Amino acid sequence: MIRISIPQSADLGEVIEIKAMIQHPMESGYRRDEMGRTIPRDIVAHFSCRFESQVVFKTDWGPGMAANPLLTFFARVNRAGTFYFEWKDLNGKAFKTERAIEINR
Amino acid sequence: MIRIPGIVWVMLLFSAPLWSDEVTSFADREDLDPVLVQSGYEWLTPESKALQDDEFENPGWLWVERGRQLFASDSGEPSCASCHQTSDLIFSSSATRFPRWSDSQQTLINLEGQINQCRELRMARESFALESSEMLSLTAFVSQLARGQPVNVALTEEVKPFWQAGRDYFFRRKGQMNLACSQCHDERAGQRLRGDLISQGHPNGFPLYRYEWQSLGSLHRRLQDCDAGIRAEPQPLGSEIYLSVELYLAWRAGGLTLESPAIRR
Ligand code: HEC
Ligand code: HEC
Repeated sequence: MIRISIPQSADLGEVIEIKAMIQHPMESGYRRDEMGRTIPRDIVAHFSCRFESQVVFKTDWGPGMAANPLLTFFARVNRAGTFYFEWKDLNGKAFKTERAIEINR
Repeated sequence: MIRIPGIVWVMLLFSAPLWSDEVTSFADREDLDPVLVQSGYEWLTPESKALQDDEFENPGWLWVERGRQLFASDSGEPSCASCHQTSDLIFSSSATRFPRWSDSQQTLINLEGQINQCRELRMARESFALESSEMLSLTAFVSQLARGQPVNVALTEEVKPFWQAGRDYFFRRKGQMNLACSQCHDERAGQRLRGDLISQGHPNGFPLYRYEWQSLGSLHRRLQDCDAGIRAEPQPLGSEIYLSVELYLAWRAGGLTLESPAIRR
């Protein structure tokens, strides 16, 4: 599951708050199961948010992140368009979603 | 956080009539000042309270959202929604009435048991494993519909033996530490234990998101943790004894409102 919080519209030039959360165990690779075997590392390592073709926010994560990471960031909206959100795990598997935004008139 | 010791003493004074041996109904408890029954929420830090209240940042809503999807279209027909309209008032309060007697199974069932009963008897599908992502998502979705509504279990004749078994379990000392649930959750509520603040041990927040689990989990998983914590044998998820304890806890929490998906340490 992915949850995004973003306004559907904004004033021209307005700075909006964007929140993005992904359901993911963020298994560090340091823990062991009941039999003492190492639980393999399974983490989302990259996040990026684009507005149309422009990257507005990007971050890389290590094994120290808690499960179900939540990000809050801000972006200035200068025209109507679409935000593209993408998370990538260590195996390159991507989780994507998008949200369109309009300009208030 | 510092708790007012007065409240603890008042609880002890009231403990005799409250935990008498007779099977009592809600009506018999109406003399109790509701202030004596406090949700685990009251013992949270302000940060955790804020997280629980924030319908976006509270990670439990990830499961609620998934549950909403499963409910509407669970890989083919019929879906849960084709029989249960989510807007239906009766359904939105369903979670408040579990555990309860099931006529078709002739035993006590909780919400998980009801969902699997619908899966098997009405949808002819395999039941969901307890604690699976599907089961947690559906219980979270159904419980969340009842958020803010009071726990409302019925102590019918059929379920009284279970209530009694649950109550016995609650007051029986067990494990290498020889402790009973009541010794922590009645007698020591408000005191510290390894960095945790002991609450009254109510079930009204489940399924809930525990930092320690980094996930949503059921009441039975929490009971396994409490049993393991006193070095007693954890009972299986969905076992008759945990169902009985669940009924006793729901009765004991009478008046508290549902909080799922709650946040706990
Ligand atoms: C074919 C119809 C049908 C489908 C599909 C179905 N149910 Fe049910 N459900 C019932 C009936 C009938 C009852 C009444 C109690 C009983 O007989 O189990 C019920 C009872 C319930 C209740 C208790 C309601 C109350 O408050 O009395 C819950 C909760 C519930 N179902 C959840 C679900 C979920 C979740 C699903 C999907 C996994 C589902 N049901 C699928 C028919 C259905
Ligand atoms: C050694 C003390 C101790 C014993 C004995 C104990 N618990 Fe707990 N229990 C805790 C602690 C600590 C927590 C976590 C903090 C809290 O919510 O109280 C907890 C949490 C809970 C919760 C979750 C409360 C919430 O708000 O989410 C329930 C329910 C519960 N216990 C029930 C039981 C039951 C039933 C038993 C007996 C089988 C039991 N506990 C035995 C210490 C104990």
